[in-house]
Amino acid sequence: MKFLVCISNVPDTTTKITFTPDNKEFNKAGVQFVINPWDEYALTRAIELKEAQGGGTVTVLNVGEADTEPNIRKALAIGADDAIRVNAAPKDAFFVAEQIANVAKDGGYDVILMGKESIDYNGFQVHGMVGELLGIPTVAPAMKLDMSGNTATLEREIEGGKEIVEVNTPFVASCQQPMCEPRIPNMRGIMTARTKPLKVVEPTGDAPRTEVTEFALPPKKQGVKLIDAENAGELIKLLRNEAKVI
Amino acid sequence: MSVLVVIECDKGEVKKSSLEVATYASQVAQQLGTTATAVAVGEATEDNLAKLGEQGISKVLYDAEPRLKDFVNGAYTKLIAAAAEQESAQVLVLANSNIGAAVGSRLSIRLKASLATNAVELPKTDGGQFVVKRGAFSGKALADVALTTDRKIIAVKKNSIEAQHEAGKTASVENFSANLTDADFADAPKEVVMQDQAGGVLLPEADLVVSGGRGMKGPENWNLIEDLAKALGAATACSKPVSDTDWRPHHEHVGQTGITISPNLYIACGISGAIQHLAGVNSSKVIVVINKDPEAPFFKAADYGIVGDVFDVLPKLTQAVKELG
Repeated sequence: MKFLVCISNVPDTTTKITFTPDNKEFNKAGVQFVINPWDEYALTRAIELKEAQGGGTVTVLNVGEADTEPNIRKALAIGADDAIRVNAAPKDAFFVAEQIANVAKDGGYDVILMGKESIDYNGFQVHGMVGELLGIPTVAPAMKLDMSGNTATLEREIEGGKEIVEVNTPFVASCQQPMCEPRIPNMRGIMTARTKPLKVVEPTGDAPRTEVTEFALPPKKQGVKLIDAENAGELIKLLRNEAKVI
Repeated sequence: MSVLVVIECDKGEVKKSSLEVATYASQVAQQLGTTATAVAVGEATEDNLAKLGEQGISKVLYDAEPRLKDFVNGAYTKLIAAAAEQESAQVLVLANSNIGAAVGSRLSIRLKASLATNAVELPKTDGGQFVVKRGAFSGKALADVALTTDRKIIAVKKNSIEAQHEAGKTASVENFSANLTDADFADAPKEVVMQDQAGGVLLPEADLVVSGGRGMKGPENWNLIEDLAKALGAATACSKPVSDTDWRPHHEHVGQTGITISPNLYIACGISGAIQHLAGVNSSKVIVVINKDPEAPFFKAADYGIVGDVFDVLPKLTQAVKELG
Protein backbone atom coordinates (compact mmCIF):
# COMPACT_ATOMS: atom_id res chain seq x y z
CA MET A 1 0.00 0.00 0.00
CA LYS A 2 1.25 3.50 -0.86
CA PHE A 3 0.97 6.14 1.85
CA LEU A 4 1.44 9.85 1.22
CA VAL A 5 2.06 11.92 4.35
CA CYS A 6 1.91 15.71 4.04
CA ILE A 7 4.01 17.67 6.52
CA SER A 8 4.27 21.37 7.31
CA ASN A 9 7.36 23.16 8.51
CA VAL A 10 6.26 25.31 11.47
CA PRO A 11 7.84 27.41 14.23
CA ASP A 12 8.63 25.40 17.36
CA THR A 13 5.72 25.40 19.82
CA THR A 14 7.60 27.61 22.28
CA THR A 15 8.38 30.34 19.72
CA LYS A 16 7.68 33.94 20.62
CA ILE A 17 5.65 35.22 17.68
CA THR A 18 6.86 38.45 15.98
CA PHE A 19 6.35 39.89 12.52
CA THR A 20 8.29 41.73 9.83
CA PRO A 21 8.16 45.57 10.16
CA ASP A 22 5.27 45.84 7.65
CA ASN A 23 3.33 43.20 9.70
CA LYS A 24 2.69 41.18 6.56
CA GLU A 25 4.86 38.17 7.34
CA PHE A 26 6.01 36.09 10.27
CA ASN A 27 9.53 37.03 11.35
CA LYS A 28 11.59 33.86 10.86
CA ALA A 29 14.83 35.33 12.26
CA GLY A 30 16.32 33.10 14.93
CA VAL A 31 13.31 30.77 14.98
CA GLN A 32 13.66 27.00 15.23
CA PHE A 33 11.34 25.17 12.82
CA VAL A 34 9.89 21.72 13.49
CA ILE A 35 7.60 19.21 11.81
CA ASN A 36 4.06 20.36 12.60
CA PRO A 37 3.13 18.38 15.77
CA TRP A 38 -0.21 17.21 14.32
CA ASP A 39 1.59 15.89 11.22
CA GLU A 40 3.76 13.68 13.45
CA TYR A 41 0.68 11.60 14.24
CA ALA A 42 0.03 11.11 10.51
CA LEU A 43 3.66 10.18 9.82
CA THR A 44 4.05 7.70 12.67
CA ARG A 45 0.70 6.02 11.99
CA ALA A 46 1.56 5.59 8.29
CA ILE A 47 4.87 3.95 9.24
CA GLU A 48 3.12 1.68 11.77
CA LEU A 49 0.53 0.58 9.20
CA LYS A 50 3.20 -0.07 6.58
CA GLU A 51 5.15 -2.19 9.06
CA ALA A 52 2.00 -4.12 10.02
CA GLN A 53 1.29 -4.81 6.34
CA GLY A 54 4.87 -6.01 5.83
CA GLY A 55 5.33 -3.92 2.70
CA GLY A 56 4.46 -0.73 0.86
CA THR A 57 5.93 2.75 0.95
CA VAL A 58 5.56 5.93 2.96
CA THR A 59 6.27 9.08 0.95
CA VAL A 60 6.59 12.42 2.70
CA LEU A 61 5.41 15.55 0.91
CA ASN A 62 6.17 19.13 1.86
CA VAL A 63 5.28 22.35 0.07
CA GLY A 64 8.12 24.65 1.00
CA GLU A 65 11.37 26.29 0.00
CA ALA A 66 14.79 24.69 0.45
CA ASP A 67 14.98 25.69 4.13
CA THR A 68 12.40 23.00 5.01
CA GLU A 69 14.73 20.16 3.99
CA PRO A 70 16.16 19.50 7.47
CA ASN A 71 12.67 18.62 8.68
CA ILE A 72 11.97 16.53 5.57
CA ARG A 73 15.19 14.60 6.38
CA LYS A 74 13.93 14.23 9.93
CA ALA A 75 10.73 12.64 8.62
CA LEU A 76 12.86 10.25 6.57
CA ALA A 77 14.89 9.48 9.70
CA ILE A 78 11.69 8.67 11.59
CA GLY A 79 10.93 6.05 8.94
CA ALA A 80 9.49 7.43 5.69
CA ASP A 81 10.96 5.85 2.55
CA ASP A 82 11.24 8.81 0.24
CA ALA A 83 10.22 12.45 0.01
CA ILE A 84 8.92 15.05 -2.41
CA ARG A 85 9.32 18.78 -1.92
CA VAL A 86 7.21 21.14 -4.00
CA ASN A 87 9.53 24.10 -4.35
CA ALA A 88 7.31 27.01 -3.28
CA ALA A 89 6.41 28.99 -0.21
CA PRO A 90 3.02 27.74 1.06
CA LYS A 91 0.98 30.81 0.07
CA ASP A 92 -2.42 29.70 1.36
CA ALA A 93 -4.37 26.52 2.08
CA PHE A 94 -5.86 26.36 -1.43
CA PHE A 95 -2.45 26.72 -3.06
CA VAL A 96 -0.98 23.97 -0.85
CA ALA A 97 -3.99 21.69 -1.43
CA GLU A 98 -3.58 22.02 -5.20
CA GLN A 99 0.10 21.08 -4.99
CA ILE A 100 -0.73 18.03 -2.86
CA ALA A 101 -3.56 16.98 -5.17
CA ASN A 102 -1.30 17.27 -8.22
CA VAL A 103 1.42 15.14 -6.62
CA ALA A 104 -1.21 12.63 -5.46
CA LYS A 105 -2.78 12.34 -8.94
CA ASP A 106 0.55 11.34 -10.46
CA GLY A 107 1.60 9.05 -7.64
CA GLY A 108 -1.38 6.71 -7.29
CA TYR A 109 -1.40 6.81 -3.49
CA ASP A 110 -3.89 4.70 -1.54
CA VAL A 111 -3.90 6.68 1.69
CA ILE A 112 -3.18 10.40 2.08
CA LEU A 113 -2.57 11.51 5.66
CA MET A 114 -1.81 14.84 7.25
CA GLY A 115 -2.22 16.54 10.62
CA LYS A 116 -5.50 18.12 11.64
CA GLU A 117 -4.11 21.60 11.02
CA SER A 118 -0.80 23.45 11.10
CA ILE A 119 0.02 25.20 14.35
CA ASP A 120 0.99 28.41 12.50
CA TYR A 121 -1.88 29.02 10.09
CA ASN A 122 -4.44 26.87 12.01
CA GLY A 123 -6.48 26.57 8.82
CA PHE A 124 -7.95 23.07 9.28
CA GLN A 125 -8.72 23.28 5.54
CA VAL A 126 -6.19 21.37 3.44
CA HIS A 127 -7.61 17.86 4.08
CA GLY A 128 -11.06 18.70 2.70
CA MET A 129 -9.68 20.66 -0.24
CA VAL A 130 -7.40 17.77 -1.27
CA GLY A 131 -10.25 15.26 -0.95
CA GLU A 132 -12.55 17.41 -3.04
CA LEU A 133 -9.89 18.12 -5.69
CA LEU A 134 -9.28 14.36 -6.01
CA GLY A 135 -12.96 13.41 -5.66
CA ILE A 136 -12.27 11.03 -2.76
CA PRO A 137 -13.62 10.89 0.83
CA THR A 138 -12.04 12.81 3.70
CA VAL A 139 -12.21 11.89 7.35
CA ALA A 140 -11.31 14.82 9.60
CA PRO A 141 -10.24 14.97 12.34
CA ALA A 142 -9.38 11.29 12.81
CA MET A 143 -8.40 9.97 16.25
CA LYS A 144 -7.89 6.34 15.20
CA LEU A 145 -7.03 4.63 11.92
CA ASP A 146 -6.91 0.90 11.22
CA MET A 147 -6.64 -0.83 7.85
CA SER A 148 -7.98 -4.18 6.76
CA GLY A 149 -7.30 -4.84 3.07
CA ASN A 150 -8.49 -1.78 1.20
CA THR A 151 -10.93 -0.75 3.91
CA ALA A 152 -10.05 1.69 6.65
CA THR A 153 -11.89 2.04 9.93
CA LEU A 154 -11.52 5.45 11.50
CA GLU A 155 -12.75 7.26 14.56
CA ARG A 156 -13.73 10.78 13.68
CA GLU A 157 -14.07 13.33 16.44
CA ILE A 158 -17.34 15.26 16.56
CA GLU A 159 -18.34 17.79 19.21
CA GLY A 160 -19.15 15.70 22.26
CA GLY A 161 -18.36 12.28 20.81
CA LYS A 162 -17.04 10.28 17.92
CA GLU A 163 -18.23 8.64 14.73
CA ILE A 164 -16.94 5.26 13.58
CA VAL A 165 -16.45 5.60 9.81
CA GLU A 166 -15.44 3.02 7.21
CA VAL A 167 -14.02 4.14 3.89
CA ASN A 168 -12.25 2.38 1.04
CA THR A 169 -8.98 3.52 -0.47
CA PRO A 170 -8.15 6.00 -1.78
CA PHE A 171 -9.07 8.49 0.95
CA VAL A 172 -7.71 11.46 2.90
CA ALA A 173 -7.55 11.63 6.69
CA SER A 174 -6.38 14.43 8.94
CA CYS A 175 -4.89 13.04 12.12
CA GLN A 176 -4.82 13.98 15.77
CA GLN A 177 -4.17 12.29 19.07
CA PRO A 178 -4.62 9.69 20.45
CA MET A 179 -3.94 8.02 17.10
CA CYS A 180 -0.43 6.87 18.05
CA GLU A 181 2.65 7.82 20.02
CA PRO A 182 4.74 9.94 17.62
CA ARG A 183 8.18 8.44 17.03
CA ILE A 184 11.47 10.25 17.25
CA PRO A 185 14.41 9.40 14.98
CA ASN A 186 16.98 6.86 16.16
CA MET A 187 20.64 6.84 15.16
CA ARG A 188 20.18 4.25 12.43
CA GLY A 189 17.28 6.25 11.01
CA ILE A 190 19.37 9.42 10.96
CA MET A 191 22.19 7.61 9.09
CA THR A 192 19.90 6.06 6.47
CA ALA A 193 17.87 9.26 5.96
CA ARG A 194 20.87 10.94 4.35
CA THR A 195 20.71 8.70 1.30
CA LYS A 196 16.94 8.30 0.94
CA PRO A 197 15.54 9.94 -2.23
CA LEU A 198 14.25 13.53 -1.90
CA LYS A 199 12.75 14.74 -5.16
CA VAL A 200 12.18 18.47 -5.76
CA VAL A 201 9.36 19.44 -8.13
CA GLU A 202 8.18 22.87 -9.24
CA PRO A 203 4.69 24.12 -8.27
CA THR A 204 1.73 23.99 -10.65
CA GLY A 205 -1.86 25.14 -10.38
CA ASP A 206 -3.76 28.37 -9.79
CA ALA A 207 -3.10 31.50 -7.81
CA PRO A 208 -3.92 31.51 -4.08
CA ARG A 209 -7.40 32.69 -3.12
CA THR A 210 -6.54 34.49 0.09
CA GLU A 211 -3.88 36.95 1.14
CA VAL A 212 -2.78 38.04 4.61
CA THR A 213 -2.94 41.83 4.65
CA GLU A 214 -1.79 42.27 8.24
CA PHE A 215 -0.70 40.28 11.28
CA ALA A 216 -1.18 41.57 14.81
CA LEU A 217 -0.60 40.31 18.33
CA PRO A 218 -3.69 39.76 20.47
CA PRO A 219 -4.50 42.48 23.02
CA LYS A 220 -2.39 42.14 26.17
CA LYS A 221 -3.91 41.09 29.49
CA GLN A 222 -4.04 43.88 32.04
CA GLY A 223 -2.20 41.88 34.65
CA VAL A 224 -3.39 39.41 37.23
CA LYS A 225 -5.49 40.45 40.22
CA LEU A 226 -4.49 38.25 43.16
CA ILE A 227 -6.98 37.13 45.78
CA ASP A 228 -5.84 35.84 49.17
CA ALA A 229 -6.25 32.06 49.48
CA GLU A 230 -7.78 32.47 52.94
CA ASN A 231 -10.49 34.59 51.41
CA ALA A 232 -10.99 32.53 48.24
CA GLY A 233 -14.77 33.06 48.15
CA GLU A 234 -14.08 36.69 47.26
CA LEU A 235 -13.07 35.48 43.78
CA ILE A 236 -16.59 34.27 43.08
CA LYS A 237 -18.02 37.70 43.96
CA LEU A 238 -15.52 39.38 41.61
CA LEU A 239 -16.43 36.97 38.80
CA ARG A 240 -20.09 37.89 39.21
CA ASN A 241 -19.91 41.61 39.94
CA GLU A 242 -16.72 42.78 38.23
CA ALA A 243 -15.97 40.36 35.37
CA LYS A 244 -19.69 39.54 34.99
CA VAL A 245 -19.05 36.04 33.65
CA ILE A 246 -21.11 33.99 36.14
CA MET B 1 -27.13 37.45 -4.14
CA SER B 2 -27.54 36.43 -0.51
CA VAL B 3 -25.77 35.20 2.58
CA LEU B 4 -26.27 31.53 3.44
CA VAL B 5 -25.53 30.17 6.91
CA VAL B 6 -25.16 26.51 7.90
CA ILE B 7 -27.03 25.69 11.11
CA GLU B 8 -26.02 22.59 13.09
CA CYS B 9 -28.76 20.94 15.13
CA ASP B 10 -28.64 18.14 17.65
CA LYS B 11 -31.58 16.30 19.22
CA GLY B 12 -33.96 18.92 17.88
CA GLU B 13 -32.06 21.90 19.32
CA VAL B 14 -30.01 24.48 17.42
CA LYS B 15 -26.45 24.42 18.77
CA LYS B 16 -25.31 27.53 20.62
CA SER B 17 -22.46 28.07 18.16
CA SER B 18 -25.02 28.02 15.35
CA LEU B 19 -27.05 30.79 17.02
CA GLU B 20 -23.81 32.78 16.97
CA VAL B 21 -23.13 32.12 13.28
CA ALA B 22 -26.76 32.93 12.42
CA THR B 23 -26.25 36.32 14.08
CA TYR B 24 -22.93 36.73 12.25
CA ALA B 25 -24.56 35.89 8.91
CA SER B 26 -27.46 38.31 9.33
CA GLN B 27 -25.00 41.09 10.22
CA VAL B 28 -22.90 40.30 7.11
CA ALA B 29 -26.13 40.38 5.07
CA GLN B 30 -26.89 43.84 6.48
CA GLN B 31 -23.41 45.02 5.53
CA LEU B 32 -23.96 43.78 1.98
CA GLY B 33 -27.56 45.00 1.73
CA THR B 34 -29.10 41.57 1.33
CA THR B 35 -30.86 38.88 3.37
CA ALA B 36 -29.59 35.85 5.28
CA THR B 37 -30.97 32.38 4.59
CA ALA B 38 -30.10 29.28 6.60
CA VAL B 39 -29.67 25.65 5.64
CA ALA B 40 -30.07 23.36 8.65
CA VAL B 41 -28.35 20.00 9.17
CA GLY B 42 -28.76 17.39 11.90
CA GLU B 43 -31.89 16.56 13.84
CA ALA B 44 -34.07 19.69 14.03
CA THR B 45 -37.65 20.63 14.86
CA GLU B 46 -39.62 23.09 12.74
CA ASP B 47 -40.38 25.25 15.78
CA ASN B 48 -36.74 25.64 16.73
CA LEU B 49 -35.74 26.41 13.13
CA ALA B 50 -38.48 29.06 12.87
CA LYS B 51 -37.00 30.72 15.96
CA LEU B 52 -33.85 31.51 13.95
CA GLY B 53 -35.84 34.61 12.98
CA GLU B 54 -34.70 35.96 16.35
CA GLN B 55 -31.14 35.96 15.00
CA GLY B 56 -32.25 37.79 11.83
CA ILE B 57 -32.68 34.81 9.51
CA SER B 58 -35.54 35.18 7.01
CA LYS B 59 -35.78 31.64 5.63
CA VAL B 60 -34.56 28.20 6.70
CA LEU B 61 -34.06 25.31 4.27
CA TYR B 62 -34.32 21.87 5.81
CA ASP B 63 -34.13 18.36 4.39
CA ALA B 64 -35.79 15.92 6.81
CA GLU B 65 -34.01 12.89 5.27
CA PRO B 66 -33.35 10.68 8.34
CA ARG B 67 -29.83 9.73 7.27
CA LEU B 68 -28.82 13.40 7.60
CA LYS B 69 -29.33 13.23 11.36
CA ASP B 70 -25.68 12.23 11.82
CA PHE B 71 -22.79 14.00 10.15
CA VAL B 72 -22.02 12.61 6.67
CA ASN B 73 -19.33 14.62 4.92
CA GLY B 74 -20.33 13.71 1.34
CA ALA B 75 -24.07 14.26 1.79
CA TYR B 76 -23.71 17.46 3.85
CA THR B 77 -21.35 18.95 1.26
CA LYS B 78 -23.77 18.21 -1.60
CA LEU B 79 -26.79 19.50 0.34
CA ILE B 80 -25.14 22.79 1.30
CA ALA B 81 -23.69 23.30 -2.18
CA ALA B 82 -27.16 22.85 -3.68
CA ALA B 83 -28.60 25.36 -1.20
CA ALA B 84 -25.82 27.84 -2.05
CA GLU B 85 -26.61 27.53 -5.77
CA GLN B 86 -30.37 27.87 -5.27
CA GLU B 87 -29.94 30.97 -3.13
CA SER B 88 -27.12 32.44 -5.27
CA ALA B 89 -25.16 32.75 -2.06
CA GLN B 90 -22.22 35.11 -2.30
CA VAL B 91 -21.13 34.49 1.27
CA LEU B 92 -21.45 31.19 3.11
CA VAL B 93 -21.07 31.21 6.91
CA LEU B 94 -20.42 28.16 9.10
CA ALA B 95 -19.30 27.43 12.67
CA ASN B 96 -15.58 26.68 12.97
CA SER B 97 -16.52 23.25 14.34
CA ASN B 98 -15.40 19.80 13.31
CA ILE B 99 -18.43 19.68 11.00
CA GLY B 100 -18.00 23.23 9.71
CA ALA B 101 -14.32 22.79 8.89
CA ALA B 102 -14.88 19.40 7.24
CA VAL B 103 -17.62 20.59 4.89
CA GLY B 104 -16.37 24.17 4.53
CA SER B 105 -13.04 23.05 3.09
CA ARG B 106 -14.72 20.73 0.56
CA LEU B 107 -17.28 23.42 -0.35
CA SER B 108 -14.54 25.96 -1.03
CA ILE B 109 -13.36 23.78 -3.91
CA ARG B 110 -16.83 22.84 -5.17
CA LEU B 111 -18.09 26.45 -5.10
CA LYS B 112 -14.75 27.97 -6.24
CA ALA B 113 -14.76 30.10 -3.11
CA SER B 114 -12.06 31.56 -0.90
CA LEU B 115 -12.17 30.31 2.67
CA ALA B 116 -11.29 31.88 6.02
CA THR B 117 -11.56 29.63 9.07
CA ASN B 118 -11.27 30.60 12.74
CA ALA B 119 -12.82 34.05 12.04
CA VAL B 120 -13.15 36.22 15.15
CA GLU B 121 -14.84 39.39 13.82
CA LEU B 122 -17.28 40.56 11.17
CA PRO B 123 -15.61 41.16 7.78
CA LYS B 124 -14.41 44.61 6.73
CA THR B 125 -16.05 45.32 3.40
CA ASP B 126 -15.10 48.93 2.69
CA GLY B 127 -13.14 49.91 -0.43
CA GLY B 128 -14.26 46.86 -2.41
CA GLN B 129 -12.19 44.56 -0.21
CA PHE B 130 -13.43 41.68 1.89
CA VAL B 131 -11.12 41.20 4.86
CA VAL B 132 -11.69 38.75 7.72
CA LYS B 133 -9.78 38.79 11.01
CA ARG B 134 -8.87 35.28 12.13
CA GLY B 135 -6.86 33.61 14.85
CA ALA B 136 -3.43 32.27 13.86
CA PHE B 137 -0.31 30.83 15.51
CA SER B 138 -2.44 28.87 17.97
CA GLY B 139 -4.01 31.96 19.47
CA LYS B 140 -0.71 33.83 19.71
CA ALA B 141 -1.58 36.14 16.80
CA LEU B 142 -4.40 37.53 14.67
CA ALA B 143 -4.30 37.76 10.88
CA ASP B 144 -6.35 39.96 8.56
CA VAL B 145 -7.05 37.86 5.49
CA ALA B 146 -8.38 39.26 2.21
CA LEU B 147 -10.71 36.84 0.41
CA THR B 148 -10.13 37.46 -3.28
CA THR B 149 -12.72 35.39 -5.15
CA ASP B 150 -16.36 36.36 -5.82
CA ARG B 151 -17.66 33.70 -3.47
CA LYS B 152 -16.51 33.63 0.12
CA ILE B 153 -16.80 31.10 2.93
CA ILE B 154 -16.25 32.09 6.56
CA ALA B 155 -16.00 29.63 9.47
CA VAL B 156 -16.59 31.59 12.68
CA LYS B 157 -14.78 30.71 15.89
CA LYS B 158 -17.03 29.91 18.82
CA ASN B 159 -17.78 32.68 21.29
CA SER B 160 -16.52 35.39 18.89
CA ILE B 161 -19.90 37.06 18.54
CA GLU B 162 -22.83 37.19 20.93
CA ALA B 163 -26.03 35.65 19.60
CA GLN B 164 -28.78 38.27 19.31
CA HIS B 165 -32.36 37.46 20.27
CA GLU B 166 -35.11 39.63 18.79
CA ALA B 167 -38.10 38.08 20.48
CA GLY B 168 -41.12 37.31 18.36
CA LYS B 169 -39.41 37.29 14.96
CA THR B 170 -39.74 34.01 13.06
CA ALA B 171 -38.19 32.57 9.93
CA SER B 172 -40.11 30.62 7.32
CA VAL B 173 -39.08 26.96 7.20
CA GLU B 174 -39.04 25.32 3.77
CA ASN B 175 -38.52 21.71 2.79
CA PHE B 176 -35.42 21.41 0.73
CA SER B 177 -34.03 18.46 -1.18
CA ALA B 178 -30.70 18.07 -2.94
CA ASN B 179 -31.76 14.74 -4.50
CA LEU B 180 -29.23 12.84 -2.43
CA THR B 181 -28.48 9.27 -3.52
CA ASP B 182 -27.01 6.29 -1.68
CA ALA B 183 -23.57 7.20 -3.09
CA ASP B 184 -23.69 10.47 -1.14
CA PHE B 185 -23.94 8.46 2.07
CA ALA B 186 -20.93 6.22 1.31
CA ASP B 187 -18.98 7.77 4.21
CA ALA B 188 -21.91 7.65 6.64
CA PRO B 189 -20.86 6.63 10.16
CA LYS B 190 -21.34 2.98 11.14
CA GLU B 191 -21.80 4.06 14.70
CA VAL B 192 -21.95 7.27 16.71
CA VAL B 193 -20.66 7.19 20.28
CA MET B 194 -21.40 10.15 22.52
CA GLN B 195 -19.33 10.76 25.63
CA ASP B 196 -20.64 11.01 29.12
CA GLN B 197 -20.38 14.69 29.87
CA ALA B 198 -19.62 15.56 33.45
CA GLY B 199 -22.63 17.61 34.52
CA GLY B 200 -24.05 17.38 31.00
CA VAL B 201 -22.08 20.36 29.65
CA LEU B 202 -20.28 19.85 26.34
CA LEU B 203 -16.71 21.17 26.56
CA PRO B 204 -16.40 22.72 23.05
CA GLU B 205 -19.70 24.58 23.50
CA ALA B 206 -19.25 25.53 27.17
CA ASP B 207 -19.36 29.12 28.45
CA LEU B 208 -17.63 28.16 31.69
CA VAL B 209 -14.83 25.62 32.08
CA VAL B 210 -13.07 24.25 35.16
CA SER B 211 -9.80 22.52 34.31
CA GLY B 212 -7.28 20.48 36.27
CA GLY B 213 -3.59 19.75 35.84
CA ARG B 214 -0.90 17.63 37.46
CA GLY B 215 -1.30 19.68 40.62
CA MET B 216 -4.50 17.72 41.28
CA LYS B 217 -2.17 14.81 42.14
CA GLY B 218 -4.44 12.03 40.86
CA PRO B 219 -7.79 11.11 39.28
CA GLU B 220 -9.26 10.35 42.71
CA ASN B 221 -9.21 14.08 43.47
CA TRP B 222 -11.26 15.10 40.44
CA ASN B 223 -14.42 15.33 42.53
CA LEU B 224 -13.11 18.75 43.63
CA ILE B 225 -13.04 19.92 39.98
CA GLU B 226 -16.40 18.31 39.26
CA ASP B 227 -18.06 19.82 42.34
CA LEU B 228 -17.07 23.34 41.33
CA ALA B 229 -18.04 22.68 37.70
CA LYS B 230 -21.41 21.35 38.78
CA ALA B 231 -22.08 24.32 41.04
CA LEU B 232 -21.22 26.72 38.20
CA GLY B 233 -22.87 24.72 35.40
CA ALA B 234 -19.42 24.45 33.81
CA ALA B 235 -17.73 21.79 31.69
CA THR B 236 -14.55 20.05 32.90
CA ALA B 237 -11.22 19.97 31.08
CA CYS B 238 -7.63 18.97 31.75
CA SER B 239 -4.01 19.55 30.67
CA LYS B 240 -1.99 17.21 28.44
CA PRO B 241 -0.02 15.38 31.18
CA VAL B 242 -3.34 14.53 32.82
CA SER B 243 -4.82 12.96 29.69
CA ASP B 244 -1.45 11.34 28.78
CA THR B 245 -1.46 9.47 32.08
CA ASP B 246 -5.15 8.56 31.61
CA TRP B 247 -6.31 10.38 34.71
CA ARG B 248 -8.89 11.91 32.41
CA PRO B 249 -10.13 11.03 28.89
CA HIS B 250 -8.46 12.54 25.81
CA HIS B 251 -11.52 14.54 24.79
CA GLU B 252 -11.03 16.72 27.88
CA HIS B 253 -7.47 17.71 26.90
CA VAL B 254 -7.21 21.38 25.97
CA GLY B 255 -4.01 22.76 24.50
CA GLN B 256 -1.83 22.88 21.42
CA THR B 257 -2.53 19.29 20.39
CA GLY B 258 -5.82 18.95 22.22
CA ILE B 259 -8.88 21.03 21.61
CA THR B 260 -8.96 24.81 21.51
CA ILE B 261 -11.64 26.51 23.53
CA SER B 262 -12.68 30.11 24.06
CA PRO B 263 -15.16 30.16 26.93
CA ASN B 264 -16.18 33.23 28.91
CA LEU B 265 -14.46 31.82 31.98
CA TYR B 266 -11.59 29.33 32.26
CA ILE B 267 -10.54 28.26 35.76
CA ALA B 268 -7.16 26.48 35.76
CA CYS B 269 -6.46 24.40 38.88
CA GLY B 270 -2.95 23.09 39.46
CA ILE B 271 -1.85 23.84 35.88
CA SER B 272 1.52 25.59 35.54
CA GLY B 273 0.65 27.14 32.18
CA ALA B 274 3.11 25.74 29.63
CA ILE B 275 2.96 27.66 26.36
CA GLN B 276 1.41 24.59 24.67
CA HIS B 277 -1.44 24.61 27.18
CA LEU B 278 -1.99 28.35 26.78
CA ALA B 279 -2.36 27.86 23.02
CA GLY B 280 -5.59 25.99 23.68
CA VAL B 281 -7.17 28.44 26.10
CA ASN B 282 -5.62 31.89 25.58
CA SER B 283 -8.67 33.29 23.81
CA SER B 284 -10.88 32.66 26.86
CA LYS B 285 -12.46 35.95 27.95
CA VAL B 286 -11.54 35.63 31.64
CA ILE B 287 -8.83 33.32 32.97
CA VAL B 288 -8.54 32.34 36.65
CA VAL B 289 -5.42 30.52 37.86
CA ILE B 290 -5.15 28.63 41.13
CA ASN B 291 -1.66 27.34 41.86
CA LYS B 292 0.48 26.99 44.97
CA ASP B 293 3.58 28.11 43.05
CA PRO B 294 3.55 31.92 42.79
CA GLU B 295 6.10 31.63 39.95
CA ALA B 296 3.79 29.49 37.77
CA PRO B 297 3.89 31.09 34.30
CA PHE B 298 0.11 30.83 33.98
CA PHE B 299 -0.33 33.78 36.36
CA LYS B 300 1.11 36.05 33.62
CA ALA B 301 -1.78 35.11 31.32
CA ALA B 302 -4.45 35.28 34.02
CA ASP B 303 -7.03 37.92 34.94
CA TYR B 304 -7.52 36.61 38.47
CA GLY B 305 -5.27 34.40 40.53
CA ILE B 306 -5.09 32.65 43.86
CA VAL B 307 -1.72 31.52 45.16
CA GLY B 308 -2.72 28.55 47.25
CA ASP B 309 -3.33 24.86 47.56
CA VAL B 310 -6.06 23.64 45.19
CA PHE B 311 -7.23 21.11 47.81
CA ASP B 312 -7.89 23.96 50.17
CA VAL B 313 -9.15 26.59 47.69
CA LEU B 314 -11.52 24.55 45.50
CA PRO B 315 -14.00 23.58 48.25
CA LYS B 316 -14.13 27.22 49.35
CA LEU B 317 -14.97 28.32 45.79
CA THR B 318 -17.65 25.66 45.43
CA GLN B 319 -19.17 26.78 48.71
CA ALA B 320 -19.09 30.44 47.64
CA VAL B 321 -20.86 29.61 44.36
CA LYS B 322 -23.57 27.73 46.23
CA GLU B 323 -24.04 30.70 48.54
CA LEU B 324 -24.56 33.00 45.54
CA GLY B 325 -27.75 31.14 44.75
